[in-house]
Amino acid sequence: MSIELKNLKKAYKDKMVVDHLSLEIDNGEFFALLGSNGAGKTTTIKMLSCMLIPTEGDAFLLGDSIITSPEAVKQNINVSPQETAVAPNLTVRENLEFIARIYGSGKEKARKMSHEMMMEFSLLDKAKTKAKTLSGGWQRRLSIAMALISKPKILFLDEPTLGLDVRARRELWKVLETLKGKVTVVLTTHYLDEAEALADRIGIMHQGRLQALGTASELKKQHSMKSLEDIFLILTEEGVK
Amino acid sequence: MRFLAFASRNQKEIIRDPLTILFGIGLPVVVMWLFTIMQQNMPMELYKIENLTPGVIVFSFAFLTLFSGMLIGKDKGSSFLMRIFVSPLRPSDYIIGYTIPLILIAMMQIVVCFITAYFLDLKFDWNVIVAIAVLLVNALLYLGFGLMLGTFFTDKQVGGIFALFVNIATWLSGTWFTLDMIGGVFENVASVLPFVHAVEVTRLALQGDYGEMLVPLIWVVGYTVVLYVIAIGAFRKKMRY
Repeated sequence: MSIELKNLKKAYKDKMVVDHLSLEIDNGEFFALLGSNGAGKTTTIKMLSCMLIPTEGDAFLLGDSIITSPEAVKQNINVSPQETAVAPNLTVRENLEFIARIYGSGKEKARKMSHEMMMEFSLLDKAKTKAKTLSGGWQRRLSIAMALISKPKILFLDEPTLGLDVRARRELWKVLETLKGKVTVVLTTHYLDEAEALADRIGIMHQGRLQALGTASELKKQHSMKSLEDIFLILTEEGVK
Repeated sequence: MRFLAFASRNQKEIIRDPLTILFGIGLPVVVMWLFTIMQQNMPMELYKIENLTPGVIVFSFAFLTLFSGMLIGKDKGSSFLMRIFVSPLRPSDYIIGYTIPLILIAMMQIVVCFITAYFLDLKFDWNVIVAIAVLLVNALLYLGFGLMLGTFFTDKQVGGIFALFVNIATWLSGTWFTLDMIGGVFENVASVLPFVHAVEVTRLALQGDYGEMLVPLIWVVGYTVVLYVIAIGAFRKKMRY
């Protein structure tokens, strides 16, 4: 088991953001968390990546508790946040080397690792380009490479294709597909086609609760519908509890 | 030593912005030159080079507040800090990592301003070395303001607040006019803020009047410690340490 959520809850005063979420994600699984704005996806990721303390419950990442062992959890995870989160005045190579070094690699090793990542993500010809001058698609690609350079066992991708045009999204999908089976990936997205194309299993969140869980075909079978979009609309309709 | 990688990134991020050099180093030199011309045409005790130099250097430190506040604000806004918070860096690494590159910029400001002052007839002796040491403490004060602003506000808000800050810090510093020229509430308010003490302690150091330095130095150090404690506390809270 890679990730295990046990009754995870986050509430601010009387506002419930994540409502007793329980879930298990296997090693190497590509898991997509779907939901409308404010469904609790990003809050869930922030709790799992030790940036928010849950109000109740706990989660275990490769056996380490996010509450009692956040240091151990942080050694095994990395995040590609919703925004591109690159250092704008640093080159592509410098961005990658920087992340490798704060995860403990020496200068030489960081240089070698950044070269490998640039090869893997087709970034070599942009090695000396400042991150701020890259297009949105290339910045996202760099952002994911930065998240992977620390060799995480679990990777959180928070809406990685948000704001990209169709071609850039499809290009990024190809990159994400190469991760399948190698790293446990938790992807949050608004795009249903993205979840369907990439994910082994899909969870649909609404008002902090998990409304549905399964593979795309399982969800369609359960709800006797042909389109994931129709299922999503029904499960996330106003007033649905 | 992970903080060194973070410090190196921050240094590149700041230095590669040409406005840093223009405002942080170019402007103080121009100000010194203009006031020296004024002093030649209309002699005033306050604008003598030995009185003017400490005030102008301390004024230039206000840009350290801007640079540090803006950098942290931008890192927050772009989720770069989120990426960093997930890493194994500790709160002290962040604070040191943001402080070291800006202290190096402060050192550049000090050296350039003293070289300019030398050509404008400032006598060089051992007191200059003592004044440099005192100025580095002053630089930490202004950095403390920047760390605090960046932690609590966005980069856009920091820009607006800085416009107010630089005016308050300059008017209440006794650099351009002595506070007793206005007196009353103005002078009382200035005396409980650190800016006038920062300029005063540097002037005393440059004059070799070491016996009088203790009280203003206590004001500066006291404010610096409080600002750093607030900034570290806020970082710890955000990182859930």
